[in-house]
Amino acid sequence: MINFNPTDDQKQIIDMVHRFTAEVIRPNARDCEENKNVPDDLLAKFWELGLIANSIPEEYGGYGYERSAVTGVLISEELAYGDLGIAIAMLSPSLFAYPVLEMGTEEQKKKYLPEFCGESFKFATMALMEPRVTFDATEIRTSVVREGEEYVLNGVKCFVPYAGRADLFLIIASSAPGSGVNGVEAFIVEKGTNGLIVGEREKYMGLNALELHKITLTNCRIPVENRLGGRNGFNYQRILNLSRTALSSMASGICHATKDYGVSYAKERVQFGEPIAHRQSIAFMLADMAIESDAMRFMAWKAAWLGDRGDDFTKEAYFAKLYASEYTTNITSNGIQVLGGHGYIREHPMELWFRNGRGFEIIDGLAII
Amino acid sequence: MIDFELTPQLRMIKDGAHAIAESSFRPISRKYDEEEHTVAEELKPLAGLITGGMGDMTSKKKDKKKDPGAKKENRNGSTLLSVIGAEEMAWGDNGLMLAMPGSGLGNFAIQAVATPEQLERFGSKFAAMAITEPNSGSDSGSISTTAKQDGDEWVINGEKIFVTDGNQCDVIVVWATIDKAAGKAGIKSFIVEKDRAGCTVTKLEHKLGIRASDTASVVFEDCRIPKNNILGSSEIKTKTEGFKGVMKTFDSTRPMVGAIALGVARAAFEFTKKILEDEGYQFRYGLSKHKLVAVEKEILTMEAELEAIRLLIQRAAWMSDNGMHNAVEASMSKAKGGRMGSEITRRCVALLGPIGYSREWLVEKWMRDCKINDIYEGTQQIQQLIIARGILDYSKKELQ
Repeated sequence: MINFNPTDDQKQIIDMVHRFTAEVIRPNARDCEENKNVPDDLLAKFWELGLIANSIPEEYGGYGYERSAVTGVLISEELAYGDLGIAIAMLSPSLFAYPVLEMGTEEQKKKYLPEFCGESFKFATMALMEPRVTFDATEIRTSVVREGEEYVLNGVKCFVPYAGRADLFLIIASSAPGSGVNGVEAFIVEKGTNGLIVGEREKYMGLNALELHKITLTNCRIPVENRLGGRNGFNYQRILNLSRTALSSMASGICHATKDYGVSYAKERVQFGEPIAHRQSIAFMLADMAIESDAMRFMAWKAAWLGDRGDDFTKEAYFAKLYASEYTTNITSNGIQVLGGHGYIREHPMELWFRNGRGFEIIDGLAII
Repeated sequence: MIDFELTPQLRMIKDGAHAIAESSFRPISRKYDEEEHTVAEELKPLAGLITGGMGDMTSKKKDKKKDPGAKKENRNGSTLLSVIGAEEMAWGDNGLMLAMPGSGLGNFAIQAVATPEQLERFGSKFAAMAITEPNSGSDSGSISTTAKQDGDEWVINGEKIFVTDGNQCDVIVVWATIDKAAGKAGIKSFIVEKDRAGCTVTKLEHKLGIRASDTASVVFEDCRIPKNNILGSSEIKTKTEGFKGVMKTFDSTRPMVGAIALGVARAAFEFTKKILEDEGYQFRYGLSKHKLVAVEKEILTMEAELEAIRLLIQRAAWMSDNGMHNAVEASMSKAKGGRMGSEITRRCVALLGPIGYSREWLVEKWMRDCKINDIYEGTQQIQQLIIARGILDYSKKELQ
């Protein structure tokens, strides 16, 4: 039965995260961007919310609430409403934890999940993207070869959150590079493993609060039991779908932020003797932002809902991301337009959201829901 | 709990409406586009299948009676039924759908606010709605058609234009003022039987599209109707509550217009995609943009847009079914549906080249038809105005 109402539990989580976003993320967003990191005390405050441990069953040390992609998009939208870079940074441990939770072997779950239920922020990540113009998530070039009781990984990855601080990496590699998603596997690599080389910090147009690195795998050898899901492997398409769904929900967060900021600015800014919001040229831009950011939200919800049901949601997740990429650039650009010259100045967040928003079309592989 | 599953009842309506659209509308679609102003006799046997959208199931009153106690339960009711049915019907033919006996906007108004006695008399009639006047378009609060009480009767005087189905219908729901000095508060709606003396259809418009549905001018000259033909109360309330009541009809009809646009756009999209597939194009979901060829990207983007329109419509309709105030969300769905639905049909014409432009096929007709959904029930710009006022928390005076 069609229902656009989150459950009471989800509403409580939304309220909690919304408050957190308003009190902790938004006031610190500019500093984090300029200083190019998220201070540890902010990560600690996020960790206190227990959002990741919530989804982990009690037997692995978590709180044992239902694991739900819908709850995931509700959270990621709220966090991105504050700041996209900080949101991804805070949720980054789930890049490792959730695939292990959903697709790991019993041994892998027992070994790694309790580490995400402790008192301090657990740095862990996933490496999926690769640095080339023609990168496509369906064509992974990082290779994996089995040699006896070991796997050997070779390749270069980029856009790896917290690679410099992570203890655990989930490396996406292909046993048959060039043959599409067939043969794509995930491998657990621990920090300090020979052949895992963390490169320098990457510099991007936006998302500077988020520490991103290239990593290089040169004959990186890991035991066979580190293959995610063991003999059964893992469901790569589902990871891609969850990533696209997560990204579209965060795009919706940025776009709602842009619209809301534009609304309050336009009501206060007086020109020609009255607030500029009295002009249709301004008001209609804001109206269109409202339409598209809501549409984005529901596309993310629908994909997540299908994902929770265990249905194939490749199409819906792809649509959600396609849509979000198109409209986020447009909406954040208009956000600057509403503020005019002030939108271009770094005192206001519009220029930051515009730069961050441009990332959606480029990023893949952020399955943080 | 967030859920997008259609109930068995909604699924049934969807399938049923689709079957009618495919078997009854599509075969005669071109015929009544060419033969404008000819009444489609083929539709007569279908009368009563939909009344005010989707038959008895759309009756708001029935919905309310069902569970007065279980207020918090999630409901999928008449508005969702009508938008889901409308998408399918419009997929068949926008014009014929409007020309279906019993599908008029007047039927909506009657279903929404009529007394049991009025429902008895008019529930099964084909009812058009007359709002627009030569000098009152989007500003429907400025209408000058008058209704004056004279003994047991109302006397209607004025001219209405752009009355959808004004020629084919049995009765017309006419907006008129009973006290010009009271402004919007004085505006009421009246049910006028077409055979009343003084009610004359004076003109049929020639239109860009939806030609199967007539668009009439109707003149009322000392047209007398019984006192109890007024919809709602005749009391002039302070402020504009009465007018707001009339405007409230839009909260469920606007998502429906969005749904009609969606249906037409989907028809054009499916046809276009099919032809291109026959030509050897493949549509791959999930690749990065640089891997897609231009046509492929355009098709995938359009499909994503259709999904966006559908979700905005479902949200607005769901709110209405659950008794939430949805004026802004209804306008969002209408603005998006009308604008993007039309855009999609235009892109389809271009993608198909000579086939898109040719009257041998229906794509060019869908492009002409769909445009009306960006106009009637409030143009896209009027919807933007309503949405903007909503999000800015502005009055009509503050944002004009």
